[in-house]
Amino acid sequence: MPRVIGYADPLSVAPGEPIRFMVGTLDGPRRYRAEVVRLVCGDTGPGGPGLKTVRLPTSIEGEHDGTPQLIDAGSYAIVEHPEAFGALGRFTLQAFIQPTLVPVRPSPRRQVVMGTWAEDRGSGFALMLDETGALAFLIGAAPVSTGTPLTARRWYHVAASIDLAAGTVTLRQTPLADHAPSLEQPVAITTAIRAAPGPAGDFFIGAARKAVEDGRLRTTWHFNGKIDRPSLLAGEHPIGLWDFAADVATDRVTDRSPNHLHGRTVNAPKRAVTGHNWDGSEMDWRRAPHQYGAIHFHDDDLYDAGWRPTLTMTVPTDARSGVYALRLEADGGPEFWVVFYVRPPRGGPRARAAFLASTATYLCYSNYRMRMRPGPAELFIGALPIVDTTDLLLMHHPALGASTYDTHSDGSGVCHVSRLRPIVNVRPTGRLWNLFLDLCLLDWLEAHEQRYDVITDDDLHTEGLPLLDGYSVVLTGCHPEYVSREMMEALAAYLGRGGRLMYMGGNGFYWRVSYPRAHPGMIEMRRAEDGTRAWVESVGEYYHGSTGEYGGLWRRQGRAPNTLVGVGFVAQGFDRSSYYRRTAASRDPRARFIFDGVQDEVLGDFGVAWGGAAGLELDAFNPALGSPPWALVVASSEDHSNAFQLVNEEINVSFAGADGRFSPAVRADMVFYEHPGGGAVFSTGSIAYVGSLAHKGYDNNISRLTLNVLRRFLDPAPFAMP
Amino acid sequence: MFAIDPRRTDLALEFKRRPFGPHSPELQAVLNVLRGSLHCQNLLLVCTRPHAEWMLAEKQPDGRPPRLRPDLTFTSLEAAEWHAFRVRWEAVTGQALPALDRE
Repeated sequence: MPRVIGYADPLSVAPGEPIRFMVGTLDGPRRYRAEVVRLVCGDTGPGGPGLKTVRLPTSIEGEHDGTPQLIDAGSYAIVEHPEAFGALGRFTLQAFIQPTLVPVRPSPRRQVVMGTWAEDRGSGFALMLDETGALAFLIGAAPVSTGTPLTARRWYHVAASIDLAAGTVTLRQTPLADHAPSLEQPVAITTAIRAAPGPAGDFFIGAARKAVEDGRLRTTWHFNGKIDRPSLLAGEHPIGLWDFAADVATDRVTDRSPNHLHGRTVNAPKRAVTGHNWDGSEMDWRRAPHQYGAIHFHDDDLYDAGWRPTLTMTVPTDARSGVYALRLEADGGPEFWVVFYVRPPRGGPRARAAFLASTATYLCYSNYRMRMRPGPAELFIGALPIVDTTDLLLMHHPALGASTYDTHSDGSGVCHVSRLRPIVNVRPTGRLWNLFLDLCLLDWLEAHEQRYDVITDDDLHTEGLPLLDGYSVVLTGCHPEYVSREMMEALAAYLGRGGRLMYMGGNGFYWRVSYPRAHPGMIEMRRAEDGTRAWVESVGEYYHGSTGEYGGLWRRQGRAPNTLVGVGFVAQGFDRSSYYRRTAASRDPRARFIFDGVQDEVLGDFGVAWGGAAGLELDAFNPALGSPPWALVVASSEDHSNAFQLVNEEINVSFAGADGRFSPAVRADMVFYEHPGGGAVFSTGSIAYVGSLAHKGYDNNISRLTLNVLRRFLDPAPFAMP
Repeated sequence: MFAIDPRRTDLALEFKRRPFGPHSPELQAVLNVLRGSLHCQNLLLVCTRPHAEWMLAEKQPDGRPPRLRPDLTFTSLEAAEWHAFRVRWEAVTGQALPALDRE
């Protein structure tokens, strides 16, 4: 495994601008080497071009001393007003809670609901669940417990009433009426306590203070589950009445008491979640905020690792636009790649073609653990899952967080991902997927001496159409799956103004994502309603907390990918890729330019992406979903394996024979259409496509037809509508 | 429920010759059983030398790292698939596969 890791900020940078790298070593201090390179091609192996990088001389190249940097994963809320919690004599802590991991596995531990407990000081107090999952109160050395474990995913009202003068605590755990039958009864105990809370400290909801190390707060005993309306009363007087239904899109926690003990969330717990009183009458948190008064905390949430910058540099003013990486290497482990993007100079010269790096998709896949966890992955892959030792890093360092394909330790889906942490799987090695596969396209552009700029989803989301203005053609990556409204609208506007779009992949423009303003560098996505989903969003939680947007498929929101690129996702399989066969429509004079010099009927029966150009994830033409009726399907794939199955959003009633051996609907359609704005769209409909471009020294039918399209799309002559 | 007929070693041979599809419907049925059984869902490959060597590993519950099997390394993905097939066939049918195809 790598012995040195890191991340960059910002992700996309222009020549002449600074970039910071946060680097940390693993298993103790050690020397490491750093070098900045431009990535041209990934390590495709003996059947492809192989790894190609171009060194960029910089001030940070060379050997450095490295030290470990900590990650404090786990979300919580903190109220940094210690003076308010130091003189409590008779007080009550109470909340509605829905624990989701009882007990914690594999090692049972405490889970704090709220309090001031500081583990390093051995002082404070906490309302919590003990190791068995029973409600407990901790003050002094040993907690007092009801001895009755709570049930995971049931709502309870819990309270601890403390009278330090009398030396008593009363604990109450009361199961709420629910739709599911239960034999649970309320539990209440009163018992003696013999301790004072000690020095005042910050008030935590969902965790406890562990220590301060290296100048940073460390936390422990994170709560897994929902907390709703936590409050602290002194006698009858409120000290804090925290309202999680307020300021949902932010990290603010509002105190409704007269004391204004406002706090903030840390590590981006999930907000806009159903509360204890959600009755199903509303699905949108904005329309019934009183039913959405909870926050779902996880012990493995992570927003910003917060590492110290260790290497900083200014991108040379003559650096060409491209995909770059800080290559880190320490003795005893493989290299680690910290990928970043150099965009064209702001206001300066540009190429006429732009590669739109799918940074939203890369991030949604970042730190993908699913293949390493038990489950039926092999059934939909059609082969054994494969990882490498860099991927294994995730399982040995769980604090690195997960991808949106994974579930939290409590089984709930990961709907927040952040680039402000080391990411192990955005690199030119490992699994041939996303950026690694996209580099096959950049390598092909280089081989044909086609100039290009690299811009990113993040740039497009922020800047919109002006980022695209001036480009004759925009090429997507092989799998631009995750798209924000801003990105979608910018691309549609670009086409409306005569732009040309080459959609070089499959399963694109599929899920809606948002970029939370309160959490720069993070993406929110909710796997709502339908679609090919690694997990299913909780009922009632389909609306994004950060923007209020309805989550899920663009297809379910009137903007199927077909409306933009003429095709949409229909099937996937991962054991073997196939080929396309030309259609009669490919002889249409409108498509003649595509096949100039291409004699073959079978296209792309070769390639580094599992042996063919049509594979992995496939898109098909469908006017019912918005594919332009005048579009030409110039080639379609065939002969897919049993592993390729129709996706569930293509199936209303389950039926047999929905795999690639039986169903003609399992196919990739290669589509061309002229846009009314004067531009045009070319879509490959397959993720594997770009893996065929380099075959036979870049001289093959896929390469030839793609070059034909690119050259025509660079030609300013407008396309006439048929 | 469909059960694998351990006498159908012809299907095992079909898999050995072409581990990555398409498969005949009968072989696919066998694979559905072998890959779908709960006790057969724990295998993965860890690439130890890019494009050259893979080590079998067993997935673990509760987020724990996979258990590596240094005694089971392969120089081709086909060989790794065949090993997994044989092990699972025996686990599910109770009968070891005989030598096939002059192996």
